[in-house]
Amino acid sequence: MKTIKFLSMLALTGILFTSCSDDDDTPEEVNEEEVITTMTVTLTPQGGGTNITLVSFDADGDDGPIEPVLTVSGDLAADTTYDGTIVLLNTTESPAELVNEEIEGEADEHQFFFVVGGGLNVTTAYADDESDYVSEATGENFTTTNPVGIDFTLTTAAASNGTLNITLLHEPTKPNDGTVEGAGGETDITATFALTIE
Amino acid sequence: MLFFSTLTHIVAQDCEARLTGTVVDYHDKTVLEGASILIIGTQTRTYSAKDGSFAFTGICKGVYELEVAHPTCETLIVPVTVNGDTAVEIKLEHHLEELEEVNVVGDVIRKKTNSALEESLKLETLESYSAASLGDALKELTGISSLNTGANIVKPIIHGLNGSRVLILNDGVRMQDMEWGDEHAPNIDINSAGTISVIKGASALQYGGDAIGGVIVMEQARVPKKDTLYGKTLLNGISNGRGGSISSELIRAFEGGFFIRGQGSYKRLGDREAPDYILSNTGVREIGTSIKFGKHKFIWGWDVRYSYYNAEIGILRASHIGNNDDLIRAINSGEPLFIRPFTYDLLNPKQDVTHHLGKFKFYHRFEGLGRLNFQYDFQSNRRFEFDIRRGDRDDRASLDLELTTHTLTSDFKWDAKENAELHFGLMGRYQENFANPDTGVRRLIPDYDKYDFGAFITGEYRFDNSLHLEAGIRYDFNRIDAQKFYLTSRWEERGYDNDFQDLIVENRGTQLLVNPVFDYHNISSTLGAKFILEDEYLIRVNYALAQRAPNPAELFSDGLHHSAARIELGDLRIGNETSHKITASLERDFAHWVFVIEPYANWVNDFILLEPTGVELSIRGAFPVWEYRQTDARLLGVDFSAYANWTSHWTSGHKFSLVKGNDFENDIALINIPAANLRNSITFSKAEWNDFELTLESQYVFRQNEFPDNITVFSPEQQQDVLLEINTPPEAYHLLGLQSKIGFQLGKTTELTTSLRINNIMDTSFRDYLSRQRFFADDLGRNIILQVKLNY
Repeated sequence: MKTIKFLSMLALTGILFTSCSDDDDTPEEVNEEEVITTMTVTLTPQGGGTNITLVSFDADGDDGPIEPVLTVSGDLAADTTYDGTIVLLNTTESPAELVNEEIEGEADEHQFFFVVGGGLNVTTAYADDESDYVSEATGENFTTTNPVGIDFTLTTAAASNGTLNITLLHEPTKPNDGTVEGAGGETDITATFALTIE
Repeated sequence: MLFFSTLTHIVAQDCEARLTGTVVDYHDKTVLEGASILIIGTQTRTYSAKDGSFAFTGICKGVYELEVAHPTCETLIVPVTVNGDTAVEIKLEHHLEELEEVNVVGDVIRKKTNSALEESLKLETLESYSAASLGDALKELTGISSLNTGANIVKPIIHGLNGSRVLILNDGVRMQDMEWGDEHAPNIDINSAGTISVIKGASALQYGGDAIGGVIVMEQARVPKKDTLYGKTLLNGISNGRGGSISSELIRAFEGGFFIRGQGSYKRLGDREAPDYILSNTGVREIGTSIKFGKHKFIWGWDVRYSYYNAEIGILRASHIGNNDDLIRAINSGEPLFIRPFTYDLLNPKQDVTHHLGKFKFYHRFEGLGRLNFQYDFQSNRRFEFDIRRGDRDDRASLDLELTTHTLTSDFKWDAKENAELHFGLMGRYQENFANPDTGVRRLIPDYDKYDFGAFITGEYRFDNSLHLEAGIRYDFNRIDAQKFYLTSRWEERGYDNDFQDLIVENRGTQLLVNPVFDYHNISSTLGAKFILEDEYLIRVNYALAQRAPNPAELFSDGLHHSAARIELGDLRIGNETSHKITASLERDFAHWVFVIEPYANWVNDFILLEPTGVELSIRGAFPVWEYRQTDARLLGVDFSAYANWTSHWTSGHKFSLVKGNDFENDIALINIPAANLRNSITFSKAEWNDFELTLESQYVFRQNEFPDNITVFSPEQQQDVLLEINTPPEAYHLLGLQSKIGFQLGKTTELTTSLRINNIMDTSFRDYLSRQRFFADDLGRNIILQVKLNY
């Protein structure tokens, strides 16, 4: 009899356990924090002229099925040097989050790479280095001077067609040989724009 | 174990009485012949006759104690009051080998099934793997391989199947530790087990009906019912990883059946090394501890156990990649793209898993009937996965899941008949998963509540010594009630807006909150026979039907699995899978050698698998998409093992396993099927030299030639379609290993055993098909493990 009493008490405890933890709370929505939805590259011709913008926009970020949409506002002019700047946004948050701040704060762990393909007569050069940015870890400017690429220059030559690939790597080897292959790390963003030089 | 007692012998004048009785088996009341009955304090002894009866004559009136002993029973002391002619019935526990409470010397392992393929690892073997993991040790058995994520995350594969198809019973508790993920290893400290048995199939219905792959049963060594205090300590030094481990165990037992056992282990390794480079960020820190106490009497008993396991495991830094192009670069590079000097530091990416297990068990034996078991267990599993993240998020996990499980089980084993046994039981389980939203990463596995109910009955019948039959049936009900957010774009891409629109609870714009509630009914059964032919051949045949409900990953996965750089998509439409498995085994024991051959065939209808199907483009580039789908599959295989005693000092062992997996609906090979593997070993042993033993082992792993097609992906970087060699298996490899040990008796009860183990002696560079890191780096190079064991 003692046994049965004991067993039933135990069974009861078990039931209590399960019923207590049964809560039907609605889970909290998670908005992906590290999403980059938009990369906008603005090319400003030195000495005046029309700005060209290159945009890669992925409405649902890297998680969702929607493919990124690439837009190029116009053709580049021949024999011109453009000042380029890159702005990264997360538009799944409102207001849109400026991701640049995080890249700048970890400038030593990030680098943009520019790869020209398909006969486009273009050369690129870095116009910034890590020491231009304030380290988030120390609160002071970095003391190292490896390139970052948030600011760069793009110089066109004769009229041609081709592609410009822009890739942001996280934790590449720094300094590196300037190629994506040699840098390692992992891709945070990559977009290949079809460009024409008139 | 003789009891000392004071004889209370009251001398009386009347010494004419007869003391008669019968000795019977406790369970089924069969009479026991040849039991010795001694009147304690006198030299008067007699033996029970063929009908179990015995008689003493000329006994004086008084109170006596009889010591009743039988070769296959536990010795019993029975008090008797003689007041004139007296008759007694003495019940002995005859099923000695079937009793958990009774001290079983050495490695007597009772089989869980009679007709299924079953193999066990003994304590000695487990101890030699003290510094490794459960998955590593199990590979000693034929037909068992593993799916690895680095050297520290080892998931056992039985007959080609892993994950939710392999149940792990840890001291009677079915592990609930998120076994659904490829990079989720069992959260178990191997040092807590005394023996491990593997049942290669779903025949052990008492543990669950969904073991399409098999069941791994870990049990603790039995505690003797006597006053004793003993323990052991194992120390390991490990060259590859430049670390070591320590494990200790202490047991106190009392004659009355009370016992307490404590055990703890700690392991720490730094970066592991391939022959040519350091595998950066592959260290591990692991703690396991357990305490168990209880009282085990013959008629009844109870025990309580608590165990804790925590592991922090580094994931190869070079395997953390951003997109397809990174993967192509990694594959082409031939060596990891990230190598840093050796360190003990565990940086991101890494896992931090914790498992708590609490259990209470009670049993009561009913005379002439059987044994009733009752068990409640509680498990809490917490998993953090840390990724390389931007900004100050490195200390925040990208995945934070908390799985809580309560289980009540009760079963009754009827063993009153000598040649038949019936076992039936019930199981109820509640499970809750909580996915912490503070990660800032969309949940891969949603919040859910799960309810399981199961009932089984199994029976066994022995016609005579040469034929055993067994059969069983089990029913399981599963309900999963999940609350999940889907990206609206994903919901539509999956076509759920057509099929499951009614599940939507709330539309939050870009995301939808849905509440799927799915019920599954599973029937499993088994039928088997074991027979001995001409006293030479042992033949086992078993058929098992098993059904398994989809796990949460198969149903709900959706989105980018950051640590694997792949998009994993589950499917709400997935239903249960049904397996029909036939196994057979032929065993023959010659004077100097033994062989076992075990063919099997497993047809799985609606087999759930995850494989790469294409790519999805995003702003981060292209990612391979891995989708869960269902198909009809067939696994055919054979395990072969042989053992020979050439002389009294030289022995050799030979094992071969082969399995072929086919999706016969589409006529393509199944993914992640282990390659054929051949192991040969030769051992020299000499007991006179302090139990000296030396074994040389060769392991040859063939190349897997049957694999699904690679996928063609568009590389934005190269602006063209490229072949992503995501399925191409690596080449065959051959490894040599060495083991040696020697023991010293230090005192009456103290023994020291030292052993040396060298894995991959030749420091061969190799990659294994079933390693998830084969795209990025070679496997482990040479590893020297020096072990000191002290028994006291």
